[in-house]
Amino acid sequence: MSEKELGQKWDRCLADSAIKLGTGLGLGIVFSVVFFKRRTWPIAFGTGLGLGMAYSNCQNDLRSHYVLHSKVAKVCVLIIDIIYYHVLSWSDVT
Amino acid sequence: MLRVCWKGAHAAARQCVCGKVKAHSLQHCRKYSTAGDSGSTAGKIVAASLLTVGGGLGGTILYAKWDPKFRANVEKSVPYSDQLFEMALGPPPPPLVPLQKKPGKIEPLQISSLSEASKESKQPKAKAKKSDPAPMEAPPAVEEAPAPQTLEEASAEAAHIISALGEVPSVPAPGTSDESPPGHMAAGEECKDHHEPVLKERPAEEVTARLAQQDKAEQDALAALTAGLEDSLGSTAKTTLQAIGAQEAALTAIAAHTNKLKDAMDSQTPPDEKSAQWKALNEALSERTRAMEEAEEALLKAKGELEKLREVINGAKQSKIDTARPQILAAEENLHSMIVDLDKVVTKVQTAQTEAKIVSQYSELVNEAKAQFQQELANITPEIQANWKGLSGKLSADDLNSLIAHAHRRIDQLNRELAEQRVREQLHIEVALEQQKLEDQKALERAVVSALEHSREDMRLEQEKKVQEVREVMEAEMRTQLRRQAAAHTDHLRDVLKVQEQELREEAQEILNSRVMEQETHYRRLTQEQLDTFTLDMNAAYARLKGIEEAIDSHVIAEEEARKAHQLWLSVEALNYTLKSAGADSPTEPLEGAVGVIKESCAENEFAQALATAIPEESLSRGIYSEASLRARFYDIRRLARRVALIDETRNSLYQYFLSYLQSILLFESEQVPPPAKLAPEDLDTFKLLAYATYSIERGDLELAAKFVNQLRGESQRVAQDWLKEARLTLETKQVISLLSAYANAVGLGTTQAP
Repeated sequence: MSEKELGQKWDRCLADSAIKLGTGLGLGIVFSVVFFKRRTWPIAFGTGLGLGMAYSNCQNDLRSHYVLHSKVAKVCVLIIDIIYYHVLSWSDVT
Repeated sequence: MLRVCWKGAHAAARQCVCGKVKAHSLQHCRKYSTAGDSGSTAGKIVAASLLTVGGGLGGTILYAKWDPKFRANVEKSVPYSDQLFEMALGPPPPPLVPLQKKPGKIEPLQISSLSEASKESKQPKAKAKKSDPAPMEAPPAVEEAPAPQTLEEASAEAAHIISALGEVPSVPAPGTSDESPPGHMAAGEECKDHHEPVLKERPAEEVTARLAQQDKAEQDALAALTAGLEDSLGSTAKTTLQAIGAQEAALTAIAAHTNKLKDAMDSQTPPDEKSAQWKALNEALSERTRAMEEAEEALLKAKGELEKLREVINGAKQSKIDTARPQILAAEENLHSMIVDLDKVVTKVQTAQTEAKIVSQYSELVNEAKAQFQQELANITPEIQANWKGLSGKLSADDLNSLIAHAHRRIDQLNRELAEQRVREQLHIEVALEQQKLEDQKALERAVVSALEHSREDMRLEQEKKVQEVREVMEAEMRTQLRRQAAAHTDHLRDVLKVQEQELREEAQEILNSRVMEQETHYRRLTQEQLDTFTLDMNAAYARLKGIEEAIDSHVIAEEEARKAHQLWLSVEALNYTLKSAGADSPTEPLEGAVGVIKESCAENEFAQALATAIPEESLSRGIYSEASLRARFYDIRRLARRVALIDETRNSLYQYFLSYLQSILLFESEQVPPPAKLAPEDLDTFKLLAYATYSIERGDLELAAKFVNQLRGESQRVAQDWLKEARLTLETKQVISLLSAYANAVGLGTTQAP
């Protein structure tokens, strides 16, 4: 179902963001604990990294339908270009 | 008044009191005397009832005795009364016999028949009368009045018969023959008694049977008669011969005796032979007496036998058997001859006897004279013995003288006696003549009488013989005439019968022919009619059959059509039904089966086929969602579409998502807005569209909703894509199905009407 798609996307997105956030946090914590002597900035960094990734991923996922992919995009772009040219030439003539 | 009341009250009171007392006393009394009183009253009642009942019964019985109808009624109505009546009165009187009139009818006939003057008419009438009742009588008809052989007999019979009826005083008929009347009378009376009860005509078979019986009886009687006659004749002849022989023997004995006596009287013979003669005479006398006795006995026997024979002959004569007549006649002749012979012999014997008497008288006289002479002689000469004839030499002179004196004296005496005798001779002779005349006359008379009788008998016999002969001749002639007549009659009958037969045959043939023709024509007509009717019927039936066949065919076609329509309708209904099988969220069953059924059921229906093929594949394979589920789903879609209302190709970041979400939360609008008739561009807003769609879907117009949803753009469109698809599918399928159903209905309607 198309209406479930969005829901699924959001589920994925949330899950992904949770995971990424959690992983980021975790890594941050680890890194902060391991490498950066329990500073908060790796945690925040990791969390932010995770969050960002999740956001981007989510956005990408949500947007995936509208973003044209390579071959199809090229062909579509080409066809669109041709159509514009003809339309323009015709408008010029008239 | 008051006093009366007072008295009444008093009396009542007293009564009450005394009543009780009285009641007591009465009770007591009653106890003693109720028996008596009630006994007497009961006895009275019993006696009265008995009297009544007895009186009723007695009266009934008496009346029944007087009136037999009443008796019959009572017997009918009351059971067992007939036994009572029988006991009391004897058997009921028999019903009256209607036959008693018939003797009355016959009696005047007899009177009229017999009141006619001529004797001759009497005989045939009597005969006719007798022959009439003859077939009606029983076998005692044999004993019936016999065929009268003489007129006198007939008249005697008739008279006797009349006298038996008691209607006319009996006319005593001059009957010379004294043999028949008594028997006839008895027979006549007997027969007339037989007449009265049995007076109905018997049938022919009975008559012939009775005639045969009569014939047989006659023959038997005849045989018996002849046998009897012969027997009696034989015995009579024997006895008569015996008697005749005895008489002749007596005759010879008498003659011998007489001769001997004459010889003995005749003193010519020498004396020594006289004793022999006297001895012989004695012997002859004894012989004669014996012969006389024998003759007497034989005569008696013969007479007895003759009487018997006469009786038998009379009996035979009384029987009506004609065939026995010659025998009877012969027997009578024999009888007569025997009587004649016997009489002759008897007369001979009588004459011989008279002669013998004379001779014996003479001898007696002589003996007397002799005895007298002897006595005288003995008186004169007592010493001489009786046989003095032989002592002629021994006599003395005295004796001789005395003897001669005596003899002279005797002679004188005798001369004187002779003279006297001569004188008295004439007288004596006259007296003797007179005597003789008398005796002769008597004898003559007797002889005449007997001769007359004999001659009469002879004449009668001759007459009978003649009559018999004449009768026989007549009978023969009559028979021949009858035979001739019968022959003629038979010939005539034969001819007539032949002619009649011919005629009848022809007639019958004609009739037969005509009938046959009639029958034939009738039959032909009938067959023709039958054929015609049959042909008509056959044609009619054929035409009807054809019509029926056509009708049936058309019916079959129509039914086929109807069946197909029904099938189509049914399958469409099944399809419709399958639509209902959609669950809340699950689609229906795949419509493949139903549609396949439809395709099968209406394989030759192009419209249906086209429609069936027009059904989208998806619905066939997967089924469709119900409107309800779509409706439910629509709300989700609506919510989602509202949330992503801002997202499209250009704006699809996450921020936009957040913004559109916010918008959806903050934007308040009515859920349902009725869509306008024409859509303006500003109506293409997601929210507005959704509102219109909601309104439409709330109103059940999925199509319009789908149209509105179709106008969504961007992410909303993407979100509603599936729903739309489903909605479109559903709508398509539903459309097709409705078309199909309408078509099926139309076809069904069309086929249910009469073609």
